Amino acid sequence: MTDMSNSPIGQRVVRREDKRFLTGAGRYTDDIVLPGQTWACFVRSPHAHARIVRIDTAPALASPGVLAVYTGEDIAATGVGSIPCGWLIHSKDGSPMKEPAHPVLAVGKVRYVGELVAIVVAEDYASAKDAAELVEVEYEVLEAVVDTASAEKATALVHDDAPNNLCFNWSHGDEAAVEAAFASASHVARLDLVNNRLIPNAIEPRAANAEYHRHDDSYTLYVANQNPHVERLLMCAFVLGIPESKMRVIAPDVGGGFGSKIFLYAEETALVWATRRVGRPIKWTAERSESFLADCHGRDHVTTAEMAMDDQGHFKAMRVRTTANVGAYLSTFASSVPTILYGTLLAGQYRTPAIHVEVRAVFTNTTPVDAYRGAGRPEATYVVERLVEQCARVMKLAPAEIRRRNFITEFPYATPVGLSYDTGNYAATLDRAMELADVAGFPARKAEAARRGKLRGLGYSCYIEACGLAPSNIAGQLGARAGLFEAGEVRVHPTGTVTVFTGSHSHGQGHETTFAQVVADRLGIPIDNVEIVHGDTGRVPFGLGTYGSRSLAVGGTAIVKAVDKIIAKGRKIAAHILEAADDDIEFSNGEFRVAGTDRKLSFGEVALAAYVPHNFPLDKLEPGLNENAFYDPTNFTYPAGSYVCEVEVDPETGTTTIEQFVAVDDFGNIINPMIVEGQVQGGIAQGLGQAMLEQCVYDPDSGQLLTGSMLDYALPRATDIPRIVLDTRCTPCTHNPLGVKGCGEAGAIGSPAAFINALTDAVGVTDIRMPATPERVWQAIQARA
Amino acid sequence: MEQKTVNLTVNGKQTTLAIDPRTLLLQVLREKLGLTGTHQGCDTAQCGACTVHVDGRAIKSCSILALQVDGRSVTTIEGLAQGDELHPVQEAFRECHGLQCGFCTPGMVMSVVALLAENPKPTEAQIREHLEGNICRCTGYQNIVKAVQHAAGVAA
Repeated sequence: MTDMSNSPIGQRVVRREDKRFLTGAGRYTDDIVLPGQTWACFVRSPHAHARIVRIDTAPALASPGVLAVYTGEDIAATGVGSIPCGWLIHSKDGSPMKEPAHPVLAVGKVRYVGELVAIVVAEDYASAKDAAELVEVEYEVLEAVVDTASAEKATALVHDDAPNNLCFNWSHGDEAAVEAAFASASHVARLDLVNNRLIPNAIEPRAANAEYHRHDDSYTLYVANQNPHVERLLMCAFVLGIPESKMRVIAPDVGGGFGSKIFLYAEETALVWATRRVGRPIKWTAERSESFLADCHGRDHVTTAEMAMDDQGHFKAMRVRTTANVGAYLSTFASSVPTILYGTLLAGQYRTPAIHVEVRAVFTNTTPVDAYRGAGRPEATYVVERLVEQCARVMKLAPAEIRRRNFITEFPYATPVGLSYDTGNYAATLDRAMELADVAGFPARKAEAARRGKLRGLGYSCYIEACGLAPSNIAGQLGARAGLFEAGEVRVHPTGTVTVFTGSHSHGQGHETTFAQVVADRLGIPIDNVEIVHGDTGRVPFGLGTYGSRSLAVGGTAIVKAVDKIIAKGRKIAAHILEAADDDIEFSNGEFRVAGTDRKLSFGEVALAAYVPHNFPLDKLEPGLNENAFYDPTNFTYPAGSYVCEVEVDPETGTTTIEQFVAVDDFGNIINPMIVEGQVQGGIAQGLGQAMLEQCVYDPDSGQLLTGSMLDYALPRATDIPRIVLDTRCTPCTHNPLGVKGCGEAGAIGSPAAFINALTDAVGVTDIRMPATPERVWQAIQARA
Repeated sequence: MEQKTVNLTVNGKQTTLAIDPRTLLLQVLREKLGLTGTHQGCDTAQCGACTVHVDGRAIKSCSILALQVDGRSVTTIEGLAQGDELHPVQEAFRECHGLQCGFCTPGMVMSVVALLAENPKPTEAQIREHLEGNICRCTGYQNIVKAVQHAAGVAA
């Protein structure tokens, strides 16, 4: 390892990927045009729930430029499987979740507006789109199930094999202990909460381009996706029955994901199925209205949460009842988000001794709901941090004080909901956040605002998240149908430059920079000598991809382990050449040296010796310098932090402005602070978008999406997001060699509760629903008066 | 559909194309000229990823027919840098980490170049106001605003 003065670790290294993005040289899926390219347009259901009576494709087939039109019946006739869900959840009675068939193109019935009904392939997109309008579909419209809270009582059924529209009724924790604690509690705080439904809106629409190669009966799929190996596995093994060895999935530059590009979608599956039949490559890029209809949505929970306390405000037990909307079909991670990634996080930063959570997941005639930035953990944090603030109000304690009374202070700490926090210092982040937010000066600011007729409020959110998914054995016990390790390969070239292949995927996170910093540091070579390759199953050995803030903690660790194998082999090569014992070779600053002497070889000299093995221990070692590693973490990582938000409300209009937003996070060690700050800022903007602006709205009767464009769905603009004050505190993760925890989702997890806590503090009410639009705030003020 | 002829000067290069009259400027740039740095992010002129300059003014190329700019001069993100030397706004985005996934970036940069041509020393409020027509989902705009201030040489 290099000495710290030269180390790129902890440096604000400017991103290596930026030049191509800044000059228009990025290569996103839609930028790729293959020889013989054709285009697809999908016919989508205009109804939330309907029986397909008849489809006539003849007029479309006769349209100019059209090459093929396929329906669900065509695909089903070839024995294609159902799009699978990756996580099996059991109800509390032990029965498995209901997993209705999820066809690639609808068969018999459509179950949400936007569901695929047919695919039209043509010489160009305009011809495909023109022809798609000529596909005649006769529907018998059925009653739609739309609302989350009442879905179980609806008369209509989304799936005949899911009675009461219930997918599962999952519970977690010690119910008897919780009931006993509530029976003897001095005080109880209770909140009814809605976690509003969101539409992710990565700025690059989803896109795919599938090509069949006749010469070797194989496929290449370019797709805007966060985890190409998982995409390949699910599509090949579960749906299309293609050997994985015959499928190469490439996720080139990807323009943001936020979860929405994790999943196996029907569109790219249909393209792969069709390309062999058409005999030419087929491309599809979502129009934005398709993104609104057909990218998996996020959140959509209705919850009642209660906390039992003693007379000093110590938390004794927590009871949570949630109804979670999974939409019309179970998407890839849909069942894990409101359970494993939610219920296990309800301890937050607190020593609550007993927690019980029950989650009823319901099917509705809406777009499938799955992971969106934070995935379950924002929902959990919103419940915990809103409830804790309510506890403070019930107990008439300062919000910071009630948190301090209940903070976990000793580690490792086993929560009553199944996690073991390895490290943390929650008071340290709270102290720093309060200092930066000048909490001491708040009463004066509030009084000054009052003189101007304005309402000022302060709100906290002390979040925790479980990142670095995940120990495979634990995930397996919890229902995961996949492992959750990560893979890395380090290929040293004869000249000493290095190519690193990672199973993680970067779609904005800057892996090409951060991972290169890690490798350059460990090998003691210039960062420019390190290339990072990701997003291609044809080049990267394996991978589980990027989600759950896992890239550096899991993917980075796999790379470190491969690098360490390189160094170990390098020492043996150096020992042979330098005629020393293996154990006498030290490696530092990119040099192999015989301890205590000036006899040394540079990293490049050892690399050359490995590939030109004229003087090489061929009896003991293979030539070459190329190593793989798979890393399966032993625990989750637990990033945590304290956010403090200060708002001012104009009671005349309900307009709320964020006067200050302070975020102090503990991500463990930080490789590139510039990139980490960018992740937090972006996460906070998405969290504030949820809290202030964003709401997916369906017509409650017809199930039509009413917020189906950027004109109708309010995404945060530059004028909506305040300046954010950031700092960090560090307790290194104890179980990975980098000591890192993950930072990609924290902002989206921690910020909504801080904002709503500040707003309800300003207005003096218990709850204001997200998004807290001026109208809602104004109504709350009127109701109070 | 009957083809029409359009004459454009794109990044200083004169070009004549026969196109379907319904072709958008964005489609001509991406599909006919291979200038894929200009991106389509939405269908409603909201996101600004498609922003280019026509005769020096920033416009959204997804919402204008190529025929409407017949005979005019178009600059795309590919035409901004001088060889290997980035335009000061590009350089500022890089130094300030004003981009993450890069998809909105070309439109952001073109929009900012137009802003600074019109108002070389904008206030933070003016910068944020100007950026209302460009959506970024990654950065929370913090470092984009910083990059504009950096490029303009005004204090952050």
